Amino acid sequence: MSDITKQSLTELVENIKSKKLSSTDITKAFIERSEKSKDLNAYITEDFTSALDKAKKFDQKPNLNLKLPGIPMAVKDLFCTKDVKTTAGSKILNNFVPTYESTVTDNIWKEGGILLGKLNCDEFAMGSSNETSFFGNVQNPIDKDLVPGGSSGGSASAVAGQLTPITIGTDTGGSIRQPASFTGTVGLKPTYGSCSRYGIVAFASSLDQAGPMAQNVKDCALLQEVISSYDSKDSTSVDFERNQYSKELTNDIKGKKIGIPKEYRVDGMPKEIEDLWQKGIQYVKDCGAETIDISLPNTSYALPTYYIVAPAEASSNLARYDGVKYGFRAKGENLIDMYEKTRSEGFGAEVQRRIMIGTYVLSSGYYDAYYLKAQKVRKLIKNDFDEAYKKVDAILTPSTPSAAFKIGEKTNDPVSMYLNDIFTVPVNLAGLPGISIPAGHDSKGYPLGLQIIGKAFDEQNILNIAYAMEEKINFKNKITDWWIK
Amino acid sequence: MSIDLKTIKHISKLSRISVDEKKAEKLAGDLNSIFDFIEKLNELKTDNIEPLTSVAETTLKLRSDEVKSKNIREQIVKNSPQENEDYFVVPKVIE
Repeated sequence: MSDITKQSLTELVENIKSKKLSSTDITKAFIERSEKSKDLNAYITEDFTSALDKAKKFDQKPNLNLKLPGIPMAVKDLFCTKDVKTTAGSKILNNFVPTYESTVTDNIWKEGGILLGKLNCDEFAMGSSNETSFFGNVQNPIDKDLVPGGSSGGSASAVAGQLTPITIGTDTGGSIRQPASFTGTVGLKPTYGSCSRYGIVAFASSLDQAGPMAQNVKDCALLQEVISSYDSKDSTSVDFERNQYSKELTNDIKGKKIGIPKEYRVDGMPKEIEDLWQKGIQYVKDCGAETIDISLPNTSYALPTYYIVAPAEASSNLARYDGVKYGFRAKGENLIDMYEKTRSEGFGAEVQRRIMIGTYVLSSGYYDAYYLKAQKVRKLIKNDFDEAYKKVDAILTPSTPSAAFKIGEKTNDPVSMYLNDIFTVPVNLAGLPGISIPAGHDSKGYPLGLQIIGKAFDEQNILNIAYAMEEKINFKNKITDWWIK
Repeated sequence: MSIDLKTIKHISKLSRISVDEKKAEKLAGDLNSIFDFIEKLNELKTDNIEPLTSVAETTLKLRSDEVKSKNIREQIVKNSPQENEDYFVVPKVIE
């Protein structure tokens, strides 16, 4: 079967269960394609030899009751993987080999998944274009020199380019949904507390969430079912009854009330995005749902709030990188000099910028004016959603204010880069689940996504809406394999 | 507001990130444009609003106070940048 890598996760699982394909067949196919796809720069670390060994071992005694029986997959290099280098896209962790496994990846291996390797990402997940990675930028399979989005850019590129059937990313302000939108793939950011943060390199702890990325909604639902679990090792993990997301998936969304927030119609938004949104509204109506105009009045304050809260938490989380216990160490004349040089040489420009912002807003004399203020506005933003959910079951918005842009186009202007996350950031601030699905193309043929935002812990509902819309949209990703010589 | 070079030097000291003149100037420019953008929050009145510290509306679970990881010294020092079997090594701090 030459077209193994074109199959969805659901098809691959069926083919393994019916013994039409072995784990070795599938693993070999994805390794071969990954090896031909080095120009995408999607991988930081390949673990192919070990993956093949594991696939062979699986085939000797296949357990077909597992949810991901012998399915190979690469994961974002922000998840600690035991004995496999984990860099977070940073020079400061370039030599870090974890002695423990993240809960989310552990859940995947327990269900039969096999690690292919670690995928490129923005350094410490700080970026919207994968250009801040110490390991270089990632190409978008859609077109040459186009960013794949970020921070889970390597993950999005690898799924769209069929280097892995599925993957996981992390989303602090849009890092799963924005790259999914830029690459014509599906990405879910679960409710805060749904997936354990244990073993994930921390960026902003009150916002970080792991989530699945896939070629379609059903695959995404299956992976979410595997990775979401209560975990006592994460103090903010929530113990709630989780759905069997893929089994309970239905396209019946008749009578659902979908909110359309007027504040998401931002100044200067391209007409293509507005048209896509209108198309989305028509699709949900065609599915028998009802749309209701709603207001989320504090939306425009979400990004400024995020750019206080996230850097503040990051400056605190990244204090641990001091060159003492692990990671890169620079030579210094004394202890303080060693710290300062290690962090100056080990962190890239964007990470240093955010540590500085965070340190400043938390520093004596500025805490109330910035950090406390931002926490109060965060409350207002969450209240907006609470109010809206008295009237609606979910909210439909564009995923991003534009399609993917060219590499280098926004690197010199941090604020214009930050504006990419304008529609995704409010969801993290309120801790809600959101999913981005591909819904159309712009005039250049680049994919555009729509976002469905749900109530807390209502992943099943937004997956169902996405599933119903997906059927109507019938999106086809235009992948020409331009990078394969 | 404006963040001057003196402030940049102060933040860099607090952040334990060494910054030379050229980098300080670049950072001052970047941080000023970012803070111009952040200042938008001052449009909002928030006097009587409770700050949101966590979206997870659960109380922390208690667990029994017992040792779960034993004899993991080797694992802990495994990634140490300067090799030593038993300790983390740092530049001399006591003269």
